[in-house]
Amino acid sequence: MAANPMSQFDVYRIGPEIKVGAFDISFTNASLFMILSTVSILLIFNLGSKKNSILPNKIQLLSELSYTFVSKMISDTAGSKAKPYFAFIFSLFMFVLFCNMFGMIPYTFTVTSHIIVTFVLAAFIFIGVTVIGFIKHGFGYLKLFVPSGVPAVLLPLIVVIEIISYLSRPISLSVRLFANMMAGHTMMKVFGGFVISLGIVGGWLPLSFSVALTGLEILVAFLQAYVFAILTCIYLNDALNLHH
Amino acid sequence: MVKKIYFQSIFFSFFFIKEAFAAESGGMPQLNPEFWVSQIFWLILTFGIMYLVLSKLILPKISNNLESRKSQILENIEAAEKQREDSDAKLKEYDEIISKSKLEANSIFNQAREKALKDIGAKREVLDKQIDNEIAEAEKEIDALRKNAPDKINKIAIETSSELLQKLIGAEVNNSSISAIVDDLSKRNGDKYYGN
Repeated sequence: MAANPMSQFDVYRIGPEIKVGAFDISFTNASLFMILSTVSILLIFNLGSKKNSILPNKIQLLSELSYTFVSKMISDTAGSKAKPYFAFIFSLFMFVLFCNMFGMIPYTFTVTSHIIVTFVLAAFIFIGVTVIGFIKHGFGYLKLFVPSGVPAVLLPLIVVIEIISYLSRPISLSVRLFANMMAGHTMMKVFGGFVISLGIVGGWLPLSFSVALTGLEILVAFLQAYVFAILTCIYLNDALNLHH
Repeated sequence: MVKKIYFQSIFFSFFFIKEAFAAESGGMPQLNPEFWVSQIFWLILTFGIMYLVLSKLILPKISNNLESRKSQILENIEAAEKQREDSDAKLKEYDEIISKSKLEANSIFNQAREKALKDIGAKREVLDKQIDNEIAEAEKEIDALRKNAPDKINKIAIETSSELLQKLIGAEVNNSSISAIVDDLSKRNGDKYYGN
């Protein structure tokens, strides 16, 4: 690892270069950690759903608690109509959570610290939600940009603001996750570097700060996954239950 | 406070990043499009497979497990409720049986008491009658005895007197003369002795 705090975000090829047409789809460290995350999610939840005992064991309890946690989150924010999208939001939450958490292990790669990954997820959600909205409400979905109870004078301005805020959803969603992950990891790397450069005499302060940051980053890793999922639920709620 | 420090340090850390960039150059690896396509490809592949497996295989199982547990718990609660109701009904039945048997015992006791009292009354009546009869008979006997007593006494007196006289005088005495005397005496003294 280089001293550059950004080198931890480097993507490098593992194995041979794979090219399909003009596109390079080589297996990289990012792909490795995506696979690790998904495989561990599938392993944990497969183990947790295998046996159906009245008194669940630890792994069954874990998977059932996650299930009820996400299901409650969806029903609280998007209502009962969002039930068909439960599996997607559950996988989204788990994927982001596991990618964030894998990133907390030293010398690993954080998949979600890359704007392209979070942006693809956010763009998919944005397009999906918009399509669902138009399917459910037809052109009535455009009423989303016209809030009720707004004076007619302000209406053109409000509509423009609403449209901009709607269109900026994928950007805000993706940048929030990516920036949080990148900033946290960079900071940890920087403080880690301070520990080395200040040595045995002055290194204790950044070291203690680093320890505190690790706890904070684990919290952020969970929180950002939660925020990502709950914002998806809120967008879905807009598309399913048009309130304006 | 912690938040403030956190964001300040993020802010400062960007200075270091800038310095680092200045030193090594290259910029943020996130903005290097070299592996974007690869990342998108692997993201769609892994996420898609995970979504399919989760939604088709694992999540239905978990939801099924949760449902079956819920229904089993509900069933158990229902069964417990039923059993409680049953026990309540049985307790009531038991109470009823006890109160009924108490009443029954009371009535049996009362009946027995009445019967015993009746028996006692009847027996007493019989005994009373018997006693009355016996008393009447005894009184009759006494009356008869009392009626006969003067005659007998007279007779005894006559015989005794005749024997006495015979022993004293040594001569035979006519009984009839004695009896006349005794009769006369007894008639005179009868009132004194018998109170007639």
